[in-house]
Amino acid sequence: MSDKETKVVFERPHALLPVVTNYCPGCTHGIVHRLVAESLDELEVEGRTVGVAPVGCSVTSYDFFGCDMIEAAHGRAPAVATAVKRVHPDHVVFAYQGDGDLASIGMAETVHAATRGENLTIIFINNAIYGMTGGQMAPTSLPNQVTQTSPYGRDVATAGYPIRVCELLSSLDGVAYLERVTVDSPKNIRKAKKAIKRAFQNQIDKKGYSLVEVVSTCPTNWGMTPQESFEWMRENMLPYYPLGVYKDVEAEGFANVAEAAAARAEGCPIAQKGRE
Amino acid sequence: MERELQILLAGFGGQGVLFAGKCIAYAGLMDGREVSWLPSYGPEMRGGTANCSVTLSDAPIGSPLITAPNVLVALNQPSYDKFVDEVQPGGVIIADTSMIADLRLRDDVECFGVPATKIAEENGLGKGGNMVLLGKLFEVTKFCDWDTLMEGLRHCIPASKAHLLDNNIKAIKLGMEA
Amino acid sequence: MEKVLMKGNEALAESAMRAGCRFFFGYPITPQTELAAYMSKKMPKVGGTYLQAESEVAAINMVYGASAAGARVMTSSSSPGISLKGEGISYMAGADLPGVIINVQRGGPGLGGIQPSQSDYFQATKATGHGDFQVVVYAPSTVQEMSDIVYEAFDVADKYRTPVMILADGMLGQMMEPVVLPEPKNPEDLPAKPWACTGHEGKRAHNVVNSLYLTAEALEQLNVERYQRYDQIKATEQRAEAYLTEDADIVLVAFGASARVARSAVNAARAEGIKAGLLRPITLWPFPAEAMEATIDSAKEYLVVEMNMGQMVEDVRLCVEGRRPVGFFGRCGGIIPTPAEVLGQIRQIHERLAAEGE
Repeated sequence: MSDKETKVVFERPHALLPVVTNYCPGCTHGIVHRLVAESLDELEVEGRTVGVAPVGCSVTSYDFFGCDMIEAAHGRAPAVATAVKRVHPDHVVFAYQGDGDLASIGMAETVHAATRGENLTIIFINNAIYGMTGGQMAPTSLPNQVTQTSPYGRDVATAGYPIRVCELLSSLDGVAYLERVTVDSPKNIRKAKKAIKRAFQNQIDKKGYSLVEVVSTCPTNWGMTPQESFEWMRENMLPYYPLGVYKDVEAEGFANVAEAAAARAEGCPIAQKGRE
Repeated sequence: MERELQILLAGFGGQGVLFAGKCIAYAGLMDGREVSWLPSYGPEMRGGTANCSVTLSDAPIGSPLITAPNVLVALNQPSYDKFVDEVQPGGVIIADTSMIADLRLRDDVECFGVPATKIAEENGLGKGGNMVLLGKLFEVTKFCDWDTLMEGLRHCIPASKAHLLDNNIKAIKLGMEA
Repeated sequence: MEKVLMKGNEALAESAMRAGCRFFFGYPITPQTELAAYMSKKMPKVGGTYLQAESEVAAINMVYGASAAGARVMTSSSSPGISLKGEGISYMAGADLPGVIINVQRGGPGLGGIQPSQSDYFQATKATGHGDFQVVVYAPSTVQEMSDIVYEAFDVADKYRTPVMILADGMLGQMMEPVVLPEPKNPEDLPAKPWACTGHEGKRAHNVVNSLYLTAEALEQLNVERYQRYDQIKATEQRAEAYLTEDADIVLVAFGASARVARSAVNAARAEGIKAGLLRPITLWPFPAEAMEATIDSAKEYLVVEMNMGQMVEDVRLCVEGRRPVGFFGRCGGIIPTPAEVLGQIRQIHERLAAEGE
């Protein structure tokens, strides 16, 4: 075959190592890993990227991503990532977290990294369940959703309500960009890719904290086929967790979170101190 | 070897107890002596009593916490009442008599009463009562020489508050004469 | 060399910076707050980072992150806060990350009090967090020693890739003493850390900092290797000060603040003709077993003095192995024992030994 006849149209991203992952069949982690790796490739930043892995199903993602990787304690990825970014301010630092990690045990770290405006990229996988430990109720499990620890369905009278992370974080001044996406179709995967790449580009442009929430599935612990899972997700999760952009300081006409925050605090003299 | 001075300064928070102690400690440092300064800390500082232990010695200092001082500088009545019986026999008490109405004396301890707060106020020195008492302490115990005391004082006053130096020196001199 | 008068907390901060530490993550708690305040004032002036974390938990995990990224890093707290840091310290040990942790102890348990205490000895030396691991623990007893030890602690942490704890207390943190500060090091000149996550720049395989090993054999092997490193630390890093122990009948053992009290009591006992001495462990882990052994020939009895209900006394008994009686005197809750109290204990032992000798 001559060179003319062969053309690479699809290949493994360089930032994804040639190893077999340990994810279940039908799991969306593989797709999202790929989107992250493609973004690192396209932005040509793998060599100066440090990723932070969570505790949860993606705990061993340090073996899958080709950039330098740090495994954090449960929920502490934003704190770890904060410090890495302070040590290497010109590097690209991301944390990859699930719902239990980010919105339950690590909620304090999440909220404070966001409100500090840490110039980080957070990839948040919301599949409404604890996957690694075998399917327990998550902070994002839906009302009446049956899990191992809500066997009669999540009773909001005793277990409370799910947390909508994008909506919650959207009130914080340090946040530059929040978007909720999903990866159930080629169209949505393309949209998710755009959002993830944007979240990395924001960091390179020093805009502030960016988080992309990927509404996902867990065929294994939901007890469904991958197709059924996506159907259940579309039917039940997307109405509760609507897709879309929840904050975008750039679209609001600001260069970064500092400008947006100052405009919001216009009537507060002390908050304007030191600004031109 | 000179006698180890174990000075306990006690009063209300805000009377400058810790600052006066720091001046003594710095003077000791200038003299190349062993020095320790230990404040009381915590809620008691907020409007309550504050005290500080200052030790000047020629040998390594053991516990910096002074429970039985040989010099007590008392800036208010509760502090005087609390510590008067703890002073070692042969020790010295310097007391602010404008704050301490009931000056219960002991036979085995020399007590010098100075209306320090009043002297400071009458001379436009505001809250300089602590330094008036420091002046008296200096005059009575001669824990260092004058130049050393001045050098220590300069170390304790930040450059941004250099204008306060003269007032402090004036207060010390008034205390020496009191 | 110029002597300056500094609080222990401030000397710890200043000398840490002089050791090349440019990253500090903390959370306010009495009685260590001056340390954080000092860092917040000075770090920005040298291009360093002071960050007030949202919690002790976040702070220690920031230490984990900065260390993984290759930096010299420190955090400080007091007893209740150190309990919260236990998680992160265990992860640091499991990931072989260096770092310096200061505990300016206060009385416990629970919220306890804010006055000086030594009741975190067990926590520091036996069970800082979950899992099989140790941290190197230093117990300074003067402000000068706080300065010297924190300066050295970063080197020890880097050399053995281990967290190092400095166990101070409210008295040492709050008191001022003259101190000669060490020469500042340039962080740029410190030895490289090829294992750190600094970005591979396409020049090496990716580095991974991790404490998870799902294969039992692999985890056991790593723990065994780590304990071989601990053996090396035990062999080379033990430190203690022996004061008048050579001919001592009664050997006091005390560390940190209580060692200062014990030293005064020993001096007073000597003045009465009682042959007392003091062994002061400077490293609590590794415990200075060799220095302890050197006292056994002359010692007729040991007296351990602590500001707790009796913790280090167990390690002293392990060293003495029943060959001599080991007594204990302690105050707790924030009370600093007086030299007179300790002298009273020495006299009692002396009188009993004299009676037994007759």
